[in-house]
Amino acid sequence: MSNVATMKPVRPALPEWVRRLPEYLMIWVPLLLSAAHLVSFSLWTIWISFTPSTLVPVSGWVGLRNYSSVLASRNWQIAFDNLLLFGSAFVLLSAATGLALAILLDQRIRGENVLRSIFLYPLAVSFVVTGTVWSWLLNPGLGIQKLVHDLGWTSFKFDWLIDRDMAIWTIVIAAIWQSSGFAMALFLAGLRSVDTDIIKAAQIDGAGPVRIYRRIILPSLWPITITVVVIQLQFAISTFDLVRALTNGGPGIATQLPALVVYDLMFQRSLLGRGAAAAVLMLLILLAVLLPYAAWRYVQRRRAAHA
Amino acid sequence: MRDRSFAPSRILIYLVVLLIAAAWLAPLAVVVLNSLRSNEEIAQGSMIGWPQHWAWSNYLTAWSGFCVAETCAGIRPYMLNSALVTTPATIFSTLLGAIAGYAVSLWRFRGDTWIYGIVTLGLFLPQQMRLLPWTIVLRDIGLINTLAGLVLIHTIQGLSFTTLFCRNYYVAIPHELIRAARIDGAGFFRIFWRIILPLSGPILVVTVIWQFTHIWNEFLYGVTFTSGQQQPVTAALIALSAAVADIPQHGVQSAAVIIAALPTLLIYLLGGKYFVRGLTAGAVK
Repeated sequence: MSNVATMKPVRPALPEWVRRLPEYLMIWVPLLLSAAHLVSFSLWTIWISFTPSTLVPVSGWVGLRNYSSVLASRNWQIAFDNLLLFGSAFVLLSAATGLALAILLDQRIRGENVLRSIFLYPLAVSFVVTGTVWSWLLNPGLGIQKLVHDLGWTSFKFDWLIDRDMAIWTIVIAAIWQSSGFAMALFLAGLRSVDTDIIKAAQIDGAGPVRIYRRIILPSLWPITITVVVIQLQFAISTFDLVRALTNGGPGIATQLPALVVYDLMFQRSLLGRGAAAAVLMLLILLAVLLPYAAWRYVQRRRAAHA
Repeated sequence: MRDRSFAPSRILIYLVVLLIAAAWLAPLAVVVLNSLRSNEEIAQGSMIGWPQHWAWSNYLTAWSGFCVAETCAGIRPYMLNSALVTTPATIFSTLLGAIAGYAVSLWRFRGDTWIYGIVTLGLFLPQQMRLLPWTIVLRDIGLINTLAGLVLIHTIQGLSFTTLFCRNYYVAIPHELIRAARIDGAGFFRIFWRIILPLSGPILVVTVIWQFTHIWNEFLYGVTFTSGQQQPVTAALIALSAAVADIPQHGVQSAAVIIAALPTLLIYLLGGKYFVRGLTAGAVK
């Protein structure tokens, strides 16, 4: 009788890999799907960019012809110039605004949490909503200009939205409103991690607040500044929704950006080869920003490891 | 610089901060006020003004009345579409990302660093590089112009973020904990359920908020892969502005904008701390 309990039921042991199959599936299927789609989709888009595909993907080889026609098109040239202007203006101004806000909030002011929430809430809203709202505010017949006219100052002019030369600045304004809070959050985290002993020592030595900021606090923020700039540039390069909702690339094609050119070529003109070429060009612009950043990060880490 | 007294310099700081805060709130205030003004009232003045008569009916029209193209069902069907895409895609991508993050950080297996490295490239790859392939894939598996297709896209693409978030959180868990459990005979899933998940509260909240906000606010895939009645609310808002371009209905449109922005704004208000943590976690890759 006592043997019964110790006697194991005779069951053919499952091979290890069968027993662990669910585990392998759960680990590998999602990761492989994700990795495979990233690699194969990229390669596929790159391949299409070298084919004469128009309405449907076709095989064939046209070399760099799609690239040369995209690069020669007025649409792309305007989009690229706009990206340079929008990218640099937006990145500089939003980093500056974010830094200013962070420094102001770091002065131990009352209601810091509420204020921080106010500067960050646009990030919770979609670019479509942001773009729509700013298209109303900046519309000269509806928004700020109309308000000022109604108040009696009839010569007041603020019509950048319909001004070919200034329209790109409306996108800069809306983008700054949307994402300066993000820069602020990163800078604030940086300010709070500055060694307070050094600051105290400087105060004892008689350094004033301006001097402390210029000599101690701000120099320690430059790694964060680079991170902020790279992330905001990444956002600027892929900007699409905001422009669609705010100006839809107009007036005319004055606020065209690369992402809009890609969409236009692929889905409105059905020129898949050229659309893919424009997408690859976008990727190259992005890599021109990210690869130096990755190299810089690598050097930083090596240094930190050796220190 | 660290005192709380009201010296002139402190008053100046408060003044500047409050002015900027007012500027940041102004667009929201303008839209909220407009959503309560009648279309005629706005047409007579500007978009910026105080309601003379509170036009609460704007919200009813926005929710279930106005017309986009031929259908006059308001924003409701598109809100439902967004909810039906965002909810499952958020849950799937978070759960799968948690398991994947656990696998690459604590379980370890051959090739884990490689595959993790490739998956995180998804944080940087522009959507434009994936538009054409997704079009072909969705067409071939019969999911073009369906909500299921968008769920699939957002689940797979979201994995890059969710795996990164969870992996970075789980690497801080001591390996001894896992080793001890394995010696006791616990397997992959048992350890996940009994040890990892109970420790994951904060990171799951961060991930869910991040995914929900991003998928709800996404526009490009929505407008590319769906049309008409299948569109998410972001795409429907654009379609609405185009549809009413001749006879603007700014009161109703403002109400529609508020309704469309409300889910993510509420989540932000309720989980602000976790929202910010997600932002910075995504940044310090």
